[in-house]
Order: sequence, then structure tokens, then C-alpha cells
Amino acid sequence: MATIEVAPRESEQRQGKRPIINDFSIQVATVNGSGSQSANTVLLRSIFQMGIPVSGKNLFPSNIAGLPTWYTIRASKDGYIARKKEIDFLVAMNAETAQDDVMSLAAGAAVLYDEPLKLNGLRNDLTFYAVPYDKIVGTVCPDAKLRKLVKNMIYVGVVAFLLNIDMGEVEKALRKQFKRKQKAADLNWGAAKAGFDYAAASLTKVDPLRLERMDKTAGKIIIDGNNAAAMGAMFAGVTVFTWYPITPSSSLGESLIEYCKRFRIGPDGKATFAIVQAEDELAAIGMAIGAGWAGARSMTATAGPGISLMAEFVGLAYYAEIPVVIWDIERVGPSTGLPTRTSQGDVLFCATLSHGDTKHILLFPSSVEECFEMAFDAFDLSEQFQTPVFVLSDLDLGMNNWMAEPFDYIDRPLKRGKVLTKEDLDRMGSFARYKDVDGDGVGYRTLPGTDHPAAAYFTRGSGHNEKSQYSERPDDYQNNLDRLAKKWEVARGHVPRPVVKGEGSKVGLLSYGTSRWAIFESRDQLKKEYGLDVDYLRLKAWPFTSDVFDFIDQHERVYVVDQNRDGQLLQLLRLECSPAQIAKLRSVRHYNGLPIDARSVTDEVIIQEGHKVTRQEHATAGYSGEE
Amino acid sequence: MATTPTSTPGPKTNRIGLQVLDYKGGKTTLCAGCGHNAISERIIDACFEMGIKPERVVKLSGIGCSSKSPAYFMNRSHSFNAVHGRMPAIATGAMLANRTLLALGVSGDGDTASIGLGQFMHLMRRNLPCVYIIEDNGVYGLTKGQFSATADLGSKLKTGVINDLPPIDTCGLAIEMGATFVGRSFSGDKRQLHAMLKAALAHNGTSMLDVISPCVTFNDHEGSTKSYKYVKEHDEPLHEVTFVPHFEDISVDYEPGSATEVTMHDGSRLMLRKLEEDYDPTDRLRAMHRLAESHDKGEVLTGVFFVAPNKPTFLELLNLVEDPLGTLPQAQVRPSRSVLETVMEELR
Repeated sequence: MATIEVAPRESEQRQGKRPIINDFSIQVATVNGSGSQSANTVLLRSIFQMGIPVSGKNLFPSNIAGLPTWYTIRASKDGYIARKKEIDFLVAMNAETAQDDVMSLAAGAAVLYDEPLKLNGLRNDLTFYAVPYDKIVGTVCPDAKLRKLVKNMIYVGVVAFLLNIDMGEVEKALRKQFKRKQKAADLNWGAAKAGFDYAAASLTKVDPLRLERMDKTAGKIIIDGNNAAAMGAMFAGVTVFTWYPITPSSSLGESLIEYCKRFRIGPDGKATFAIVQAEDELAAIGMAIGAGWAGARSMTATAGPGISLMAEFVGLAYYAEIPVVIWDIERVGPSTGLPTRTSQGDVLFCATLSHGDTKHILLFPSSVEECFEMAFDAFDLSEQFQTPVFVLSDLDLGMNNWMAEPFDYIDRPLKRGKVLTKEDLDRMGSFARYKDVDGDGVGYRTLPGTDHPAAAYFTRGSGHNEKSQYSERPDDYQNNLDRLAKKWEVARGHVPRPVVKGEGSKVGLLSYGTSRWAIFESRDQLKKEYGLDVDYLRLKAWPFTSDVFDFIDQHERVYVVDQNRDGQLLQLLRLECSPAQIAKLRSVRHYNGLPIDARSVTDEVIIQEGHKVTRQEHATAGYSGEE
Repeated sequence: MATTPTSTPGPKTNRIGLQVLDYKGGKTTLCAGCGHNAISERIIDACFEMGIKPERVVKLSGIGCSSKSPAYFMNRSHSFNAVHGRMPAIATGAMLANRTLLALGVSGDGDTASIGLGQFMHLMRRNLPCVYIIEDNGVYGLTKGQFSATADLGSKLKTGVINDLPPIDTCGLAIEMGATFVGRSFSGDKRQLHAMLKAALAHNGTSMLDVISPCVTFNDHEGSTKSYKYVKEHDEPLHEVTFVPHFEDISVDYEPGSATEVTMHDGSRLMLRKLEEDYDPTDRLRAMHRLAESHDKGEVLTGVFFVAPNKPTFLELLNLVEDPLGTLPQAQVRPSRSVLETVMEELR
């Protein structure tokens, strides 16, 4: 994406010292492995409990302990939960990055730093607050070994004082965080209080940033996408989950284990699920396919490198027509890439994974709610169409905490697809596994173990005819491929349809997955700052439904937003669009490993629309208040 | 004209009332004389005699000549011809979904010892209930005769190429990894293979059988150590194998001290009449030692090398419900609305 020199819009406001309430971002720079994750979660939850819409983004290294990590918390009265490019309040705890962190701030920002770092001499256009953490921690934590961990909770108290966070909420969040660990909770609460008391006694509030209670989070939950996906799978009746640990998907497997242990053990103490940590991703997908073949709702979860290893087996599942669900929590590639950064870089690879002519159903969750729901959709589609289904989440969605409405219980019957029983075979006498009986391209299958002499068939990745017999005949091969293509066309009518917002504009935005949140905000920016109304289509699946083509037809220009270098979704669209439709497509691409932000989208659209990037308030414009 | 009915004996049926024909497969497309065809015949006989219901069996294979052979036995069983070297994963998944199945895997030496070595070892380690047969001929047949990783040091290809790497002993490896029934046989030894297959089918856990199965087209010549001639000349049986299934009341008399008897998990008996001193098939270290020794001596050691009849299987460790997971009713696999409410409350 083009780099644009932009002075943050808020800078004047910040320097003018007008209070800025519930609309800013806090960045905490620490060393990973130092316990800062707990402190940051407590901060996030405290703000959430004050009723203020909030989001948290963890920017962490691929490392166990000792490398720099940043956590960004954004409070937004308007409900914007995408990453905010500009940092308004920096908590500088890491000596190694502190100078750079301070130098990269825009004028007017505030910095809370560890006193020995002596950062206040670096700039004269920032507000600085110094806290002697080591002195304070000595008084609240007698055990020297624990001080490194407890130190971080002190800044929570200081930030609470400076930004007006209710300490009652801090204590509540902290006790939730340390649930059953009373001693740790008490120790950390002591540290937070000490931080607050120090700040109250020694610091003078100068910056304009303040938090005030709202009522916008009542009843909401906080959860990450991997946890939501695991929960969805558990409720959707997953019976076999086989996996190999890989960042950023591992927590999906771990959450699923926890949920299943709690809620999927029968009254007899026996498990209604099997979870196996395989020796590698080849085995993980192979086991899931073997299980899907034998009738299980089976699933695996991985990330890009795992997808590469799964390619051969996925082709087999496509060709032999075996249901299986694959969650890809996308990280940055190619190769090992940036294992702890986010992207939408696997779209094209997953779309046609494996050699030969293949096409796979892709689902694009944009939120934790959709991770939950699409766990159901993915199983239903894969069993209905007897084919692999990919759910393309990403690190931003999977590993970060998101606010959400509580999930609705899904009680619709599961779609288990066309499976013949012994009784069916008694009536029919025989069946042909790959015969298109219903005209939808989907044959009937039997499960191994079906107690009927005519139940068996031979599953193979080699050429086969309708009866699943080995065949190298040209017509058998071609008929099979054509039927698979037909099945694909039928699936087009069954995948989740897109969400369309706005109508009548000449300009449309089209995105998928987590770009949703940047676009929600960007549309407001475009309207408020440039008077530009843009319609929006949020895609949920491939194959594309007719809504997608209608949307393109209805607009003169459609900006396709991708979080990858090559505009991968744009390329998929080009494969299926008419030349006239293709001519309307433009591309916005974000691929630096960070979650996409609204400003990047807005600026890129404005440039391509032929405007200069100069902003002004449009009197008539207001926030849409909906995403 | 009146005739006196004579009682002609009907075709022989097994304990579940099936005839041997019910265990037949399609016509083989392998070369005439291929050892694999003999193994298919032995599998048919063994399953028939054991009274195994064909519908309960899943036949699983990878890629290669060996992996084609499931098409040539037991047409009434579901079958899965997977990708090269990855049959263990399919077997594992199928058994997870339906623990009542009987998994019968057929692999080859390339499929197991080269491309599939990782999956093979992990399958052995897990002790998944299944029979894993390697049809071992030391060469790649479908790609026209390259060495595989079980080819012996110094063995010669038809083209004159000499193998200069040591073989991987899949039996030693299986024991090392934790397999609980491990043996080697020869496709040309009808009696031994038949008894070992039946014992393997009766075993509760992973049964690994490496069956030397000469390739008549690419590896049956002078200089090959996997030819019929070579194996017959160097076959060194550890013992005479007799298997008595639990449902047959047969007494076998051996002179005291001349045989070792192992009681299998299902009550069947495996009798090993000693041909050499003090071989105890439940002694893991002894088995590995004896296998290493056989390599040094240039023997083709055959027999049941190791049995651990009562070690918990992978499925037992998973503590699964009795019924197949794949077909559990929805009520059993979909937690209630109140469970969701509980979880939502925790996340507030």
C-alpha cells in the first residue's frame, strides 16, 4: 500500500488540551514473558467494564521470553474496534525499544515511562510521566523473584489514575484474571493500588485523555476468535479433531480440549469426542479425512505452513469426496514468514489447494460471532457437499480479544448429508457411490461398518467411475470432473451470503474477514472528511453468490480490500467476473503484518478516487453508528 | 421317476455362516506369480476362518503395487486407497470415528520405510488397533524397479546396480516404537503366514507383519536378496507358529518345554514350538537383540518376534464412548442452551 505522509488529525486537538474522552489508543511496550499479558488484559477489561467500547491488539514476537512486545488498547465511544494507526498514550516499559517508541509518536501524545529510562529529554512536544517502578515494587512484593511479573501491574494502577479508570473495575478485572489464584490476585492488586497511590501523590495530570463511564458494553462478552471457533465446533457436534500445534492456531485446539472436557463427557464418564495431537500436519489432515470418511464431524486447525503440508491430502478429499473442515488461522508468509503477525495471505492457495483441477469452499469469518456460527456452517457444508471446507480466519481475529454480543444458541438440525443406511440399502439393493442421482452433483455414500453386503465401495484418489471402480477411461474422468464442477455450482446457492450496507453510491467497497472493522470506520471517515458516501459488501464465502456480481454491476468502481500483497481476493473475483465487471474492480492492499486500519483504507481510496489527501469536517456528515 | 436324494455336502461355511466366496475380491491386475497375490489369498482364508464379518473390516492402503491389493480381496469391505505413505493417518482417523471397525492396512516397503516412515513409526507408537501388513519386496515396482529402503546391503538390481546402504528393519523399528505384535513371514510360506495372520487379526492393538513378497518382474534374479530362491534358502524360522482361536476347542500337544504359549487378549492361543533355545516372544529386548543378530548372520529371520497382548490400545487411552463417534445421535454431541449460557456468563 502506498505510504502517505499524514499528520494525525487529532494533534491540534491534543495540543489544544481540549479533553479527549473515550476516543484514543494506549500502547504498552514491554518484554514478552514478563507477565505484561495479564496486566494488559486487566486494563482492557477494566475499560470494558466501564461500558466503553474497547479493543486490544497484541503485537508479539515469535519468541518465549525476552523480546519486545507491544499491546495496543483502543477505547472508542463510536465503537471503532479496528487497529488505530496513531498512538495517543504510550506506556514505555522496555528499555530496548523505548527510544524508538517515543520517537515514532505524533506530537501531543503522552508517555508514561520507567524513571531510569530518562525518556523525557527526547522530545519537547510530548507529555511525560515518570514512575520509579523498581522502588515501588520493592515495597509491595517481598519475593524478589516475582518482582519482574508484579512490576507490570503497577503501571495498571498508574494508568488508572492518569486516564480515570475506576479502581473498583480494575480490582474486579484483576480478580477475574487470577480466578482461582487468591495469593497471586492479592499480590497483584497490591501492586496496582501502589501504582495508583504513587500516581495520585506524585504525578500531575497534564494530557487531555480521559475515560468516562458509558453504557455501550452492557451484556457483552470478551473472547478471541480461536476460542469462539472451538466453542462453535463443540456445539456443532465435532467428534474428531486432529491437529498439530502451530502459531496462531494452537489456542483453537487447546480451547476445544478444555470445552470438550467440560461439556462433552457423558454421564458414564466417557468422551463423545476424540482429540489427537498428530505427529505433523500431514497426519493431522489425514486423520481428519479418515474420520470424515468413517462418518465423524472431523476438523483440523492450522496456519499457512500447515496448509502447504496438507495440500496432497486435501486434493484426495476433494476428488474422493470426503467431508472435512480445515481452519486456517492465517499468519504472514511465504515460508515461515512472520509467525506472530496477521495477513489474509492464504486465500488463493486454499481456493485451489492441491494439484489438478480443484476448487474448495472458503468461509471468511470477520468476527468472533462468525467464528462461532461458521463452525456450524463449515460442518454442514462439508457433509452436505462431501468436500473439504476451509474457514479462513487470521491471527488478528484468532488470537486477539474482541468485544461481542453473547452468541445465540444454534438449534437448527445438523445437515449430515447424503448417507445411506442398512435400511436404505435393503430397499435399494445396491448403489453407485459417485452417481449423480439427484442432479446436484452430490452422490450418496455409505459409512464403513454399515451392516449390508452391498454397502462397501472402494475409495481412491485414482481415476474412478460412478461405481468407484478404478477407471482410466477418458469419459469416466471427464464426467467425474464435470460433476464435481456442478456440485461446486450448486454449493454457490448454499454458502453464507454477503452483507451489503448502503445503496445508491457510485463507489463500493468490498472486503472479507477482519478488514470489516477498518472499513466500518473508514466509511465514516470518507463521509465525514470527504463527503464521500460508499456502499459496502462484506463477503462471507467462496464460491461467490449472485449478490457479489449484482453489487459490482450496481457500482461504477468497487474497491476490493485485501490484507495481502497480490490482491488475492481480487484475483479470485477476476476469475469469475465478466470483462465489464473486471474493469470496475480496484484494489486496496495492506500487508505489513499489522491488522489493517481505517486510515490506510481511507487514504488509498481517496488517492485512487483522484482526490488529494486533505481532510476537512463535512458539516452534514455524521457517524453511521453501524458496521 | 422317483429318485433317492443323496446328501451332497454344501459349501463349507464359517462360524457366522459365510462361505469363502463371500471374502473374495476383484481379479488381480498384479503380475502372475507376484507374492502379493499369495498374501491376498492368505488374508481371505484367515478372515474366513476367523469368522470375521467383512462389513466390519476396512481395508486401507497407500500407494504402490502392494496398495492396489485390497481390491483383490474382500469386496464386501469398505476400502480406502490413500496417498503415498499416509495410510496410517487414514487408519487412525477411521478408527477414531468408528472404534467397532477392524482396520486391515496393506502397505509396501517403499510406502512404509521410505515416504511413510514417519507415519509408520507413530502408528506403532500409538498402538492403534489395526493389522498392518508390509508386502516387502525391496523394490519400487510401479516405477520399474528402483531400490527401496528395505533392500539389503549388497543386493543387486537387474541393471547391475548394487545397493550400498543398509536396510531399515521395519520389525526392529516397530518393536522399538512400541508395537505390540510384530512378526515377519514369507509369502511363499503358506502355513506360517496363515497362522500369523490369524493371530494378528485376534490381537488387540497394532499387529505389524512384514511379509517378504518377491517381485517376479524386478527383483527375483540372481544377486537379489528378496528373490524366491534367496528367501527360501535363507529363511530362518524362529519357531513353528500355531494359532488356536478362542472359539475353537482344540488341544495341541507339545512335549513339555518344547513350546511357548501366549494367551491373546480375546482368549485365543498362540503356540510357538521352539526351534531355538529360550526365545521368549514377550521379551522386547531379546527380540531386538535377535533381530540385530539375524542381520549380522545374513538370515531372513521369520516368526512372531514380539507380543504384548494386554497393553492398552490408543482407543482405550482416549476413553471413548462404546458407540461409534461418527454416528452418535445429535443429542449426545450438542450441548444444551444452558451450557452456552454458562459459558457466555463466564466471558462477560
